[in-house]
Amino acid sequence: MNAVADPILQFQNVEKTYQMGAVKVLALRGVTFDVFPGDYISIMGPSGCGKSTLLNVLGCLDRPTAGDYLLGGENVSGMDDDALSAVRGSRLGFVFQSYNLIQQLTVLENIEIPLYYQGISEEESRERARQLAMRVGLADRLEHKPFELSGGQQQRVAIARALVNDPLLILADEPTGNLDSVSGLEILRLFDELNRQGKALIMVTHDNSVSNRSSRSIRLRDGNIESDVRQ
Amino acid sequence: MSANKPMKWRKLFEGLSPGRMRRTLRLGLRSLWLHRLRSLLTVLGIVFGVCSVIAMLAIGEGASYEAQEQIKNLGSQNIILRSIKPPEEQKVSDKGSQSYVLQYGLTYTDVQRIRSTIPGVTVVLPARNIRDYVWRISRRVDCEVVGTVPWYPEMRNHEVAQGRFFTEADMQGRSSVCVLSAEMVPALFPMESPLGQHVRVAGNYYQVIGVMQPASRVVKNDEAQESGKTVLNRMFIPLETAKLRYGEVLMRRRSGSFEAERVQLHEVTIKVASLEDVAGVAEAIRTVLERNHKKKDYEIVVPLELLKRAERTKQIFNIVLGSIAAISLLVGGIGIMNIMLASVTERTREIGIRRALGARRHDIISQFLVETVLLSGAGGLLGVLLGVAIPFIVTYAAGMKTIITLWAPLLAFTISALIGVVFGLYPAFRAANMDPVEALRHE
Repeated sequence: MNAVADPILQFQNVEKTYQMGAVKVLALRGVTFDVFPGDYISIMGPSGCGKSTLLNVLGCLDRPTAGDYLLGGENVSGMDDDALSAVRGSRLGFVFQSYNLIQQLTVLENIEIPLYYQGISEEESRERARQLAMRVGLADRLEHKPFELSGGQQQRVAIARALVNDPLLILADEPTGNLDSVSGLEILRLFDELNRQGKALIMVTHDNSVSNRSSRSIRLRDGNIESDVRQ
Repeated sequence: MSANKPMKWRKLFEGLSPGRMRRTLRLGLRSLWLHRLRSLLTVLGIVFGVCSVIAMLAIGEGASYEAQEQIKNLGSQNIILRSIKPPEEQKVSDKGSQSYVLQYGLTYTDVQRIRSTIPGVTVVLPARNIRDYVWRISRRVDCEVVGTVPWYPEMRNHEVAQGRFFTEADMQGRSSVCVLSAEMVPALFPMESPLGQHVRVAGNYYQVIGVMQPASRVVKNDEAQESGKTVLNRMFIPLETAKLRYGEVLMRRRSGSFEAERVQLHEVTIKVASLEDVAGVAEAIRTVLERNHKKKDYEIVVPLELLKRAERTKQIFNIVLGSIAAISLLVGGIGIMNIMLASVTERTREIGIRRALGARRHDIISQFLVETVLLSGAGGLLGVLLGVAIPFIVTYAAGMKTIITLWAPLLAFTISALIGVVFGLYPAFRAANMDPVEALRHE
């Protein structure tokens, strides 16, 4: 139903090779796929299949060796470091397995970080962070430090942080991997809700039950797309 | 690894609006405050470097100021000749010739010669110095009796505070009048004004007609230096009176034996008309005296030369101090760099997170550079405060004069802040050039 719109992300024959000592490792061997607004994609595959590499390239943390990567109509594969940083800060939201919050900052300050690097004023950042914290259910934890929160709460802070710059796409790397089933489920429900509101999501996961919630499932094997199924 | 492109300097300052700068500063302060003890220990090197430089400069400046004051008191246009006892061996040979009277020093003829043969000499000030006790009823003060001429005060930049100095008339009349130095007045006249009163020296009474201005603390005479004591007590009487009272031969009692010496003039001050002529006239006097004295029984003191030498010494002192400062600040800077490198490694994960969330390389550089500059700046400030306090303590406790010049703390502070930039750059660049993927994976 969403396929009528223009794709927000296009991967065209993307390759990535690593030099590991004397050996060349082909991590991605010509991956091609499009992502449309409102997509909820899960990426699965055995370890060593290139999941992490794909996510790094998707997240503009790494550049493809060959092929084109278009994000929001812009070709980011040839951008320099500063431009890539700007793209990360304005177009993408990250959710990591280990939350990756900065321990000495409060919940609000952690949520604000992407806005700080966008040059958005302190008052506005504070207001947006507050709203998002409330949206993810942390209204009473605004001034707490990450170590004072449970894993589920920490991951919700991370999700709020990923949303604060209103990104095109949220990239999640096994977001429930460190959580017990109850808080994992809460996080997944939050993702479902975000997707219902129209956010495009890409989630790397091991877990079939997680992947079943998504609208589209991509399986990787040896740096290639093995299957790409819409559910 | 991502490509290591050269950074554009311009970018470091781009987007550093006052508001942004304030937030970066606050972030830096917080991160330093988080490791208070570590931050404090890190900056100790800078603190002590800056503090010792300022303190030493202040003490050096004070000492050199006193030395220069002392020389200036002698008068920069003056040349001072002093009689000194000839070396010991000649005294022995004198004893062989059965003479108990040691004769040496400057003579009235010398003064006459200098006056008549050397052009550019304006005033000649002869003086006789005799060590004696001054009595006031039952009070006694060890003092130097100086027989001199009426124009002594203006030549030696030593002014009369109360009463007057003696005049040409006192001189010709060989009157028994005296002017006391300020330092001895309280000991002789604790209750009353000394003016018009009489003091007794070697059985003769002198009327006090004036009191000199207190001299600066360090003015010493040669004899006092020999005996290791500082004599500030001086009593001035007309030269002619001194000649009449004491004659040419001075007797001195010393540990069971008498010593007699014949000295016509103890001290002669020569005023040269212009400052440029001082060196030439000094040379001419040296030649004249060398020709007429078999023994080296005089010395020539040229305050102008001393002043120049003192200035050179101060320059050398400053250079040495500068090197010490440079070394200590270098060591402090290396200490800061060391800690910042450790901090960068420790915060690899944070750097990765910030990079993933949109921080550009120069954002990371600013963050770490601000921390280093804050550290070294705070160290510099602390050092300046301590360095300014120490001279006061030294002055209070040891009574040494200290002078804090304005530029010393300013310079020390600026340099220490610069040290922060210089030694902060490498850790900051290292942080900025980390690969975000690697940094995120770091544990």
